[in-house]
Amino acid sequence: MDDNKKYSQIVQTVEFQQLLKAKKRFIVPAIIFIAAFFIFLPIMTTYSTVLNKPLIGPITWAWFLAFLQFIMTWTMAGLYSNKAAKFDHLSDQIKTKRPGKHDGAKEVNDL
Amino acid sequence: MNGTAFSLFLLIVIATLFITYFAAKRTKNANQFYTAGGGLTGWQNGLAISGDFMSASSFLGIVGGVALTGFDGLYLLLGALVSYLVVMYLVAEPLRNLGKYTLADMITARFDRKKVRGFAALNTLTISIFYMLAQLVGAGVLIKLLLGFEFTTSLIIVGVLMTVYVLFGGMTATSWVQIIKAGLLIAGTFVLFILVLSKFNFNIMTIFEQAKQASPLGDAFLNPGLRHSGLDAISLNIGLLLGAAGLPHVLIRFFTVQDAKVARKSVTVATWVISIFYVMAIFLGLGATVLVGTGTIIDANPAGNMTAPLLAKTLGGNFMFAFISAVAFATILAVVAGIVLSGASAFAHDFYNEILRGGKATEKEQVRAARIAAISVSVISIIIALFVKDLNVAFLGALALTLAASANLPVILYTIYWRKFNTTGAVTSMIVGLFGTIILVFLSPNVWDPEGHAIFVGKALFPLSSPGIVSIPLGFIAGYLGTVLSRKKDDSKARNEAYDKILVQSNLGKDA
Repeated sequence: MDDNKKYSQIVQTVEFQQLLKAKKRFIVPAIIFIAAFFIFLPIMTTYSTVLNKPLIGPITWAWFLAFLQFIMTWTMAGLYSNKAAKFDHLSDQIKTKRPGKHDGAKEVNDL
Repeated sequence: MNGTAFSLFLLIVIATLFITYFAAKRTKNANQFYTAGGGLTGWQNGLAISGDFMSASSFLGIVGGVALTGFDGLYLLLGALVSYLVVMYLVAEPLRNLGKYTLADMITARFDRKKVRGFAALNTLTISIFYMLAQLVGAGVLIKLLLGFEFTTSLIIVGVLMTVYVLFGGMTATSWVQIIKAGLLIAGTFVLFILVLSKFNFNIMTIFEQAKQASPLGDAFLNPGLRHSGLDAISLNIGLLLGAAGLPHVLIRFFTVQDAKVARKSVTVATWVISIFYVMAIFLGLGATVLVGTGTIIDANPAGNMTAPLLAKTLGGNFMFAFISAVAFATILAVVAGIVLSGASAFAHDFYNEILRGGKATEKEQVRAARIAAISVSVISIIIALFVKDLNVAFLGALALTLAASANLPVILYTIYWRKFNTTGAVTSMIVGLFGTIILVFLSPNVWDPEGHAIFVGKALFPLSSPGIVSIPLGFIAGYLGTVLSRKKDDSKARNEAYDKILVQSNLGKDA
């Protein structure tokens, strides 16, 4: 069989489409959240002084939000590792059940 | 010069040459030269990746920046921190799955055209040279401050060592020098961090309170806006956030591991290591404001680059000063060696082997070409660095990051995630991203200043010092327009199949 056809058949399987959809559903909102969370701080510090208000003692809201970037990074890194392990599981299933024959691609996994 | 510092400096040189000697025995073919045989573990590679971000300019610059300008010192650091998430979520795994030795390999996995490879290699070379110049000019100044060598002598020492590591030890030596340096730097920072905290009875509030009182800036010290303001601050941050995911010398590190899972582990380890390092660096900066004092810091170096070594001297005496200085020197070596390797691989693998020889050079010829390229990249950058040493080139590092975000990131993301993307789009995105950024910087206040503080005297046509907010969208728009305007109906089936292959391989690995 043509090499490239093999790939197109894998892409068309229900399992592969599920994997793509699951990844998209996680990664797209997550990366938008990360970028928005990050850029919020410089936008606020550039165009307003509201973050200069003290929060606890000498620590202002700006410093608090800066340290929150660390917490956000650790949380999102942990979340990714977690989700990626699930995606690995889906990928492994696809690799072991890889369609060999031309009608194999249409096999539906009844969940 | 200080005797302890010189002994430690010699010790580091000898240790790295030992590493290179052992690495050389294992560097016999192109795969070992470019990727250390793909045999690094997640921890090793994670430390090496975080090491790439602990350059001398970032270590000394962040501590100094926080000590002198308080909150604004955080900007460079937060962008670099969060950029790891961009690498993790969008780039690391597909890159490992699709690529072989270089970034161009990944892009040509989809578009097997010589011109695509040529432009991708040109981007890698340009970014690497700019990044290298920033590091080398900074290194010359720093080594003079730390060890007392003249600028030219410093550059020649750094140049010879970085060439030797790459020439004989390839990626194996480059990675291990980076790993060991990262370990030393974290250990040194940790000791200083504990010493700083102990001076304030381990009370974070006290550090902030006293830093505010010690700084001549008073309340303003802890508030944003001292150094960066307006749209430029936002533009700089966007460039930092997206730059890491396009930096060639960071991206090639993902080829040193066996598969996507280990690539993921590497970036996770790197994220933890760098974030802990940054937290410690912030407190070193605040501590230095109180314990060393703004006056002493500025007297030693107006940009604050001597803050960390001076703090070490205050807290741990001469030995600690010598140790931090020697580690800062090791940092310079480790980072520039990685950049030489990325430039050499674009030259030898992409231009020589793939374009000139049609991918048919023997292993022996490939390694020889890689070695010649390593020497050329080193010699060329040292010579340029000697010429530009009197110019204010502090902006070059940020320029390299913005270039990476504008010229590399769009094509990387489109290649992995956009089905309709085509060869024309890839080429337009790379050209517009590269030249757009360079032209904007050439017209910016970095180059033009009415009072002669920049390279030319005159008014800048482009108002921002950091062009990212314009140049990054330009790269993406060019890739989009190039693709839609050149679209033909006839070969869409072949293109769809080519993308299916990318989709499968980027998600499941090459063996799928």
